[in-house]
Amino acid sequence: MKYNWHWQVLLETEPGGTGTYLHYLLVGLAWTLATALAAWVIALVLGALVGTVRTTTARWAVRLGNLYVEIFRNVPLIVQMFLWFFVVPELLPQALGDWIKQMPPPWGSYVPAVLCLAIFTSVRVAEQVRAGINSLPRGQRMAGTAMGLTQAQTYRHVILPQAFRIILPPLTSEFMNIIKNSSVALTIGLLELTGRARAMQEFSFRVFEAFTAATVIYLLTNLVVVLAMRALEKSVRVPGLIAAGGAPQAGH
Amino acid sequence: MFAGYDFEVIQRSLPYLFREGMVFTLTLTAIAASGGIVFGTLLAMMRLSALKAVSMLAGGYVNLMRSVPLVLVIFWFFFLVPYLGGWIIGAKEPIRVGAFLSAAITFTMFEAAYYCEIMRAGIQSIARGQVWSGYALGLSYWQTMGHIVLPQAFRNMVPVLLTQTIILFQDTSLVYVISATDFLGAASKVANRDYRLVEMYTFVAVVYFVVSYSLSLLVKRLQDRIAVIR
Repeated sequence: MKYNWHWQVLLETEPGGTGTYLHYLLVGLAWTLATALAAWVIALVLGALVGTVRTTTARWAVRLGNLYVEIFRNVPLIVQMFLWFFVVPELLPQALGDWIKQMPPPWGSYVPAVLCLAIFTSVRVAEQVRAGINSLPRGQRMAGTAMGLTQAQTYRHVILPQAFRIILPPLTSEFMNIIKNSSVALTIGLLELTGRARAMQEFSFRVFEAFTAATVIYLLTNLVVVLAMRALEKSVRVPGLIAAGGAPQAGH
Repeated sequence: MFAGYDFEVIQRSLPYLFREGMVFTLTLTAIAASGGIVFGTLLAMMRLSALKAVSMLAGGYVNLMRSVPLVLVIFWFFFLVPYLGGWIIGAKEPIRVGAFLSAAITFTMFEAAYYCEIMRAGIQSIARGQVWSGYALGLSYWQTMGHIVLPQAFRNMVPVLLTQTIILFQDTSLVYVISATDFLGAASKVANRDYRLVEMYTFVAVVYFVVSYSLSLLVKRLQDRIAVIR
């Protein structure tokens, strides 16, 4: 029982005629990154908002934040993908729903995928932001109040600048997660890297060449992200503070 | 908002959804969690080994698994397992492997990497003196690990292990990509047959939410209780 490797397949033309299979996979990587980056920007903003709100003294806002986190944390990503893709357009007013459903590919799956990943990840970002804020000594907040700052000003000038620098390492791993999670978008028809590796396997019957190539591309992408984030972490490190690595977190 | 939706389809398909789908999902979760914890613990011990080659091997495996999307890993194993099976029994052709067995192997191997990191943190949280006193009493490596270190490490990590298992429960829904009939797969088959996607997927989301949320509340209570004992 042996497998006959045939690496030249990567340089053969894919059936769509757009170029070689390697090029086909790299376009997939571009879609993966385009999905992950767009979702990441939204996730950061939403996550920072929700995470911050959950540490304030406004009780209703804390409750609302908790509700948001619990809902999007306890439903599997692929089910959320299906909700955004199949269910949301049906629940919207007819005209809007039809417009969404008639978006030309790949935008018809790109937009729901980005929204889904953004909200899914924002919950995890929110948890990190909250943990970061809570890890600061209470004296920081009190000192802010003692100096006559309002709560908003304390957050803006004292708490958040420190919290964000502390949570940079966990945010790095969330960013790598969003890249990996974007592969779930293949279930709603987005041809990102994993989806294209799968398609390449179906067109060329070269199973392991396709998956090995995709795996290597993912590994290289990870490497680049890790190196870039390490440089960023170094440049914004809070002097005198050890990064809040701490307790192990469950993840995927 | 829900005018014109047929919620009766859910009621009609309940037996199929739960007896076929949910049983698949729960069995897969149970197998992958127990297998993953066993292999994860072994991997963690390997990672902490003094032998460079052993720790690098385990570290490489864990990092590889953690850098690749689960969907891609599912595809990998779906095609790899028949080949490996054929190679092991010396067959000329890849053997036939059902979706369930393939998924069980995939999730066990994949989750082992994540459980490994949790167990590693657990083992490292045990004071060095515990290990030394084990050796001082004349216990071997396996005795020290089995009787002193692992029971404590395991207990410290129970909440995190359980949280990871809830995530695993959610992640098993990704077997959709190999057309397995797990809870989501079953719902999706009904949804496409009767063209009731809105009703079925909403129902699936609600069920997953209820199960995961209640389990996470239980874990939180357990965590509080363990925290009190210390």
